[in-house]
Amino acid sequence: MSIASNGLLENRMKYKLVLDHITKTFGALKANDEVSLHARKGSVHAILGENGAGKSTLMNVLYGLYRPDKGCIVLNGREVRIENPGIALDLGIGMVHQNFMLVGRFTAIENTILGTKIKGIHLSLREPRKRLLELSDSFGFEIDLDQPVWKLPVGMQQRVEILKLLYHNVDILILDEPTSVLTPNETQQFFDVILKLKATGKTILLITHKLGEVMTVSDYVTVMRDGRVITEMATSEATTQALARLMIGRDVLFDVTPEQATHGENVLEVKGLCAVNDRGLPALDNVSFEVKAGEILGIAGVDGNGQTELAETIVGLRSLSAGKILVDQVDYTHVSVSERRHRARIGYVPEDRQRRGLALDHTVAQNMMLSSYNKPPFARRGMLHLKEIRHQAEILVRRYDVRLHDVGQPVRELSGGNQQKLIIARELRENLKILIAAQPTKGLDVGAIEFVQNTIVEQRAKGTAVVYISTELEHLLAVCDYISVIFRGHLTPKMSLGETTSEKIGLLMSGGG
Amino acid sequence: MLNLIRFVYMFKSVWAVLAALLIGSVFISIGGSNPLAAYGALFHGAFFEYFGLASTLVKMCPLILTALAFTVPLRCGQFNIGAEGQMYIGALFATTVALYLPKFPSVIHIVLCTVAGAMGGALWVLLPAILKAYYQLNELIITLLMNYVAIDLVSYFVSGPMLEPGAPYPYSREIPESLFLPYILPNTDAHMGVLIAVVLAILLYVVFKRTSLGFSFITVGRNPDAARFAGMPVQGLMVNSFLISGALAGLGGAFEVLGLKYRLFHLFSPGYGFDGIVVAFLGGANFLFIILAAMFLAGLKSGANIMQRAVGVETTAVEAIQGLVIIFVAASLAFRFDRSHWAHILSVRKMIQKKRTEDKQEKDS
Amino acid sequence: MSETFSNLNMVVDFLSTGLRLSVPLVFAALAGMLCERSGIFNIALEGMILGGAFGAAVATFFSGTPVGGIFGGMLCGIIAGAILAYLCISLCVNQIVVGITINLLAVGFTAFLSRIIFEGQGSTLDLPGFKAMAIPLLYSIPIVGVVLFRQDVLTYLMYILVGILFIVIFKTKWGLSVRAVGENPAAADTAGISVTGVRYLSVLTGGALASLGGCYLVLTQVNLFSEHMSAGKGFIALAAIALGRWNPIGVFLACLLFGMFDALQLRLQFSNPNVPYQFFAMLPYVAAILALVGIIGKVTPPGATGIPYKRGMSREQAIF
Repeated sequence: MSIASNGLLENRMKYKLVLDHITKTFGALKANDEVSLHARKGSVHAILGENGAGKSTLMNVLYGLYRPDKGCIVLNGREVRIENPGIALDLGIGMVHQNFMLVGRFTAIENTILGTKIKGIHLSLREPRKRLLELSDSFGFEIDLDQPVWKLPVGMQQRVEILKLLYHNVDILILDEPTSVLTPNETQQFFDVILKLKATGKTILLITHKLGEVMTVSDYVTVMRDGRVITEMATSEATTQALARLMIGRDVLFDVTPEQATHGENVLEVKGLCAVNDRGLPALDNVSFEVKAGEILGIAGVDGNGQTELAETIVGLRSLSAGKILVDQVDYTHVSVSERRHRARIGYVPEDRQRRGLALDHTVAQNMMLSSYNKPPFARRGMLHLKEIRHQAEILVRRYDVRLHDVGQPVRELSGGNQQKLIIARELRENLKILIAAQPTKGLDVGAIEFVQNTIVEQRAKGTAVVYISTELEHLLAVCDYISVIFRGHLTPKMSLGETTSEKIGLLMSGGG
Repeated sequence: MLNLIRFVYMFKSVWAVLAALLIGSVFISIGGSNPLAAYGALFHGAFFEYFGLASTLVKMCPLILTALAFTVPLRCGQFNIGAEGQMYIGALFATTVALYLPKFPSVIHIVLCTVAGAMGGALWVLLPAILKAYYQLNELIITLLMNYVAIDLVSYFVSGPMLEPGAPYPYSREIPESLFLPYILPNTDAHMGVLIAVVLAILLYVVFKRTSLGFSFITVGRNPDAARFAGMPVQGLMVNSFLISGALAGLGGAFEVLGLKYRLFHLFSPGYGFDGIVVAFLGGANFLFIILAAMFLAGLKSGANIMQRAVGVETTAVEAIQGLVIIFVAASLAFRFDRSHWAHILSVRKMIQKKRTEDKQEKDS
Repeated sequence: MSETFSNLNMVVDFLSTGLRLSVPLVFAALAGMLCERSGIFNIALEGMILGGAFGAAVATFFSGTPVGGIFGGMLCGIIAGAILAYLCISLCVNQIVVGITINLLAVGFTAFLSRIIFEGQGSTLDLPGFKAMAIPLLYSIPIVGVVLFRQDVLTYLMYILVGILFIVIFKTKWGLSVRAVGENPAAADTAGISVTGVRYLSVLTGGALASLGGCYLVLTQVNLFSEHMSAGKGFIALAAIALGRWNPIGVFLACLLFGMFDALQLRLQFSNPNVPYQFFAMLPYVAAILALVGIIGKVTPPGATGIPYKRGMSREQAIF
């Protein structure tokens, strides 16, 4: 069933691409440990694993961004050395990164011809335009080739990325978590594109942590865990449950029982909120909702539909153009961040941890006091209480099991999961009245996700009103009492879990329903 | 072992200085002198002779203050390269108060002059500060360009309204003797200013290490988004870091007038505003190390003349050495102590050693 | 004011002076623009001008010909560029810090070496330089011809460079790569472009270009080297880059504007002896500041300018 790699020449010839015992270490961390993979021509090969399982490292090795410590890459039966992305492209290997690699101010055409080896030095756009139009038509992409790409919607940008690779004549496409930014509807269209690509004989390596995707589009699947390959098999022989177990290494997914907590009064009320995004375009349109004490309101939606703006407006980091924010009937619409934090007792787990949540060059202890830097017990009359800061940090680090060397260590040196734990430890203070958690599970592995979900439920039990914003519907369904869907700045009324289904929510997320 | 390596990293400025002096000795050799003799004369003259030491202390004062002026905004993520101009305006304000205000008791008048100097410096940085904090306009270019405006402005005053009648060179009248800063070494130029500068450096050290205000400055410097998230008044802090900086530089200008020159001269500063940047880098933007760095650089400058007299090396050799110092210090910024990196190297080495001893034991048995 | 431009000759004279004063600015600003387009914020322009002037003076002094001077000047500029490139690109040291460093380094080294080489007679030196050469035909266009085409070789080189840079940046593949590296280095890297290579080339070229500004000062304007002779031109050039919106032609026009301001202040000084000259002398700097204030919110620099690029580095580290 699983394909043993015996390194025989005939065996190699069978495959379009073989990764043979790749090992890559970063410092003390073994990101890839003797990883092997065999991909056939004209197939979709999924690489399944959790965050941190080593999928992206492996693909970056294949794409020439990292050099492996050991192991080799065999393409069309010949061993190749890929020292940089330029060589990978020449060999017909292309990659669409999870964060798109597009120059925002360039048009689709300019983005496409970037790095191509056309003869001469003159920059002629006529030929490329013709070919791009042909390619675009043959796949049914309707892309405006002359717009700067930052103006295009995310789904379109992804098509530009794919077009770029097709233009380069690649025959192996690496797609890194391609559906994470798409609506369910767009995802379906995207799968169609994948099948079309397959039909033209391309080999597709699909990196994902979503089981459904693997089952829907892939022909083969390689499961990775902790930097090692667990198995490689034909998808037709696999079941969702089996793959889940292989990926996580143990059974069950979530064991959070959404026991019905007793709801109190309305704590947070948002009325008719309007706000603009960083580009000055409307991001929130007349958003209203209320959350009671001891209640979790989930806000579902695909990235970029106004979630970030909503969270930032509530905590005071973004100014609103209309609307009201009430906490316990008191108007907090025009109150500073610091007052909302301390008087209204709002805690906030921001989406972009490294940008907003932490100062990476600060020590762990300094980050732990960041949001109460001028309040007791950390400071009195403007003087910092260094011993107390250290002491408090040590307590929290122990309680939340943050792995580190010393609380005097810069946060930069910590792993992503531990950084998230730090923020949660800091934000979940005693007597928290409101918690805004924006994508708190993003980029975490299952263990850490479980931890985050459990803490949120614990917080509800203490009577906190929780607003839980996430793109991962499963995570929301596991803990929320009510769910609202945000789409292009509109928020649906809240629905209790009993009166809705995940299909219905999925439809709302793509603007239907 | 890890701590030892960390220690080596901590003193990277010292290694940079040593490298600069080493290469500087090549230049001195080209100039036709014995580098060892030259350095010997320089440092002996600067630190171990009474008058040399006094001259070092005199130069330390503006160097510490301009270095502090560069460091405060730097720690807050801002660049003020206009300390030179702010010094000039500070000196102008201090001289004006000294010459044209009705007589006050001496101490009060000195304090007034000093405060005026600080205010002048702060005023001169206000515009770039506001433009940066509220309009995201590059503060570098504006502070730099304003240096030239300030120098022209002072030049106008000392060659026009403030010009001493009959002066051969543009300078103002002398300030009253009651306003001279007290000496700290008899029969020399060394004045109180340097002590005040040292006290200010220590004060700033405490503020940045032990107070909420200092912490919020540093947070803004390291991640303004996180600072906003924590509820800090980011823009206000930025402006304030500039104002403190301008005031420090202005103070430096005021002390040059009140403690050393007793008049306002055209082009009175030999570029202290920029030397302050060298001092700040050399001190690793640490307020206490800045005192030592200023002492070193002041010594280099005051020892230059002695070196020229003793072994005949051009005084500008010191400027070249200073240039080398700053380039090596800048390069040294790239080397940071990375615990996990070194821990990994050490563990690998330990493993190899262990294996070797095991192999040896095997062989022996 | 009416006497200031009393006849046509004076207008021509004024415009020629303005052009001559803007030439060093143009060289420096083009250099800075190229660097910023590739993502390196180059505030070392001032030092590069000074280094170029020094190199030109020394090489002319020894070779006896201004052509040798140009090579000497460019060599110094390239060395400064190499230091900037190595520290900022390879070692990822903060670009502003390195820029300041190079400016200070240039001041120190040129002061020391010029004293040794010229033995204190730096300011009395009279080096051979470039003389104005009229270009036949073009020269006979009224006013414009005289102003633009009765200049020296370096000015003509400047015209050509403005054109070349415009074409290179907007009409060639290499220019596309430079712009991509300056906007989004990660995207350029994954497209197979060597970010390091493009940045090195841009900065080294920039060093050579900026030093030509210094060459012009020495070989055409004053025929001697003096300490601090760059006098803030590199910083005015930085303002011109923003005012010219990172477009070679825009940058050229912006420099021309600042040069004209300089010419204007000289003329005003001359015609208004009652007003203290200092107020006129500060005009070019004030103009540059006002220009920057005037374009607040209207221009955006290339997206990645000032940020070092290293694969896998998520956020830049604090300087200290």
